[in-house]
Amino acid sequence: MGNHNPKPRAKGTVSRRDFIAGAAKSAGGVCAAGFALSLYAESAGSQPVQALRPPGAIAEEDFQSACVRCGLCVRACPYDTLKLAEFGDDVALGTPFFVARDVPCFMCPDVPCARACPTGALDAEIPSIKEATMGTAVLSDHENCLNYRGMHCSVCHRVCPIRDEAITLEKHVINGKPRLIPTVHSDHCTGCGRCEEQCVLAEAAIRVYPVDIARGSIGVNRAGRRI
Amino acid sequence: MKLIDLAGEPRRGAIRSKGWLKAHKYWLLRRTSQISLLLLFAIGPWLGLWFVQGNFASSRVLDSVPLSDPFILLQSAMAGHVMATAALIGALVVVLFYAFVGGRVYCSWVCPVNIVTDTAHWLREQLGITRDRKLNRNARLTILAAALGASMVTGTIAWELVNPVSVLQRGIIFGIGFGWALIAAIFLLDLCITRRGWCGHLCPVGAFYGLLGAKSVIRISARGRQGCENCGACLRACPEPHVIAPALKGNVPLVLSRDCTTCGGCIDACPSDVFSLATRFQIANHEGGCNGETKMHRQVSGDTALIQPK
Ligand code: SF4
Ligand code: SF4
Ligand code: SF4
Ligand code: SF4
Repeated sequence: MGNHNPKPRAKGTVSRRDFIAGAAKSAGGVCAAGFALSLYAESAGSQPVQALRPPGAIAEEDFQSACVRCGLCVRACPYDTLKLAEFGDDVALGTPFFVARDVPCFMCPDVPCARACPTGALDAEIPSIKEATMGTAVLSDHENCLNYRGMHCSVCHRVCPIRDEAITLEKHVINGKPRLIPTVHSDHCTGCGRCEEQCVLAEAAIRVYPVDIARGSIGVNRAGRRI
Repeated sequence: MKLIDLAGEPRRGAIRSKGWLKAHKYWLLRRTSQISLLLLFAIGPWLGLWFVQGNFASSRVLDSVPLSDPFILLQSAMAGHVMATAALIGALVVVLFYAFVGGRVYCSWVCPVNIVTDTAHWLREQLGITRDRKLNRNARLTILAAALGASMVTGTIAWELVNPVSVLQRGIIFGIGFGWALIAAIFLLDLCITRRGWCGHLCPVGAFYGLLGAKSVIRISARGRQGCENCGACLRACPEPHVIAPALKGNVPLVLSRDCTTCGGCIDACPSDVFSLATRFQIANHEGGCNGETKMHRQVSGDTALIQPK
């Protein structure tokens, strides 16, 4: 207590001035700490660009408010596809994701991972695995794709669990020569990543990205014209 | 014969008067509880025995009973997510349990970070480190409010992006990665910079559970306080020493502060059996006479003035 007090105060009581100063200090502290944590959360929240979420995951912004990082989805997966992000992974700490090139999703018909989620971060009611949108496959490197170079690799097409719907081989004439080009149909592709996992190149020429990265969208251009 | 004093120097007097085992009873029980809870989660992945799946954030016991951490769910609610029923039921079970037995029972009987910070404190005493940068004990409430605010503003479960409690629990159950550095940082904070720095001043999880159990039924009682010899062992053993003085010298011989972790350190350390577990309704038992009371009042308040943090 400051020496501005003329009378000694009963023990345990606080002067109004001290009270206001204390309250202001705590409010300031809350704001400062909250601001720092928010900045960090924003940067962490912008990270999962590359992260493929388990099937049934709700939209990424909502996912970050829903997933409690319990790993029940991880335990439910019979293929050890899913991992919880650790420090240093480019994914919000503790949240589940998978790396298609390492272990893709094998598209269990009963979607055990989504059924196990207690929070609603994964839609436990998802009617079938074919409704999942973990991402969309993209033939990202035509130049190195062996089919494009005129060989009959077609491994991605063959391993796709939704063959001939999610990936078809389309005839194209390239440099005057006929070629079969693996072509992804985004309305059927679930983003399971089998194609990326099995691509025979050292670095996959077909890759799965989260939908908002993989896909463009029709809308209004910068000049405001509908396209 | 000199036995190793695993749980710390304050217990010397108690070891002399009631033997090593009784002077470490609650400490042994707590460590057993903390370690077996972790093992319960870990034997699933290690040995394929799935009594419990998940981790402390949310789990399924015997493939049926859900349990969820209410603090994480509260942040999730602030961030705007409406939880699915399983998680809500799980949180309700946990809330009821800790509201009854005392919120910070979580800290001393469940949380594995407590083992880390207790060890740091023990080593601090062994090495005679006395440096103590004073922190405000209410800083944890500030951080708690900040975590909830940040969850609301960013729409994420904000504290889970840094929470060392989750990092350690998940780490033991799922593999820790670089998270050990965070745990090492807390160990060093408690060892070199501030006495009981993390759990006693900063951790918002402990603060949350403290608020949750503020009116809990199970409490520590100083019902034998007329036998107190003012040795100060309880105050030195207690991770939140400011909670003890009111029970020793106040009107009600109960530790009623929500900061008490019900660790039983005071019961272990007291050479004259002043403390015991009780309910908040057992007040009048074994009350000392008026004489003892006034003497106690004088001596203990002088004693704690030195130790009680501001
Ligand atoms: S659908 Fe099956 S393989 Fe795919 S992530 Fe879920 S559990 Fe794993
Ligand atoms: S089960 Fe749901 S809440 Fe738990 S880690 Fe997986 S997605 Fe997150
Ligand atoms: S990710 Fe590849 S393999 Fe999986 S469904 Fe899509 S195209 Fe098929
Ligand atoms: S204060 Fe936090 S870190 Fe310490 S024991 Fe409690 S929950 Fe764990």
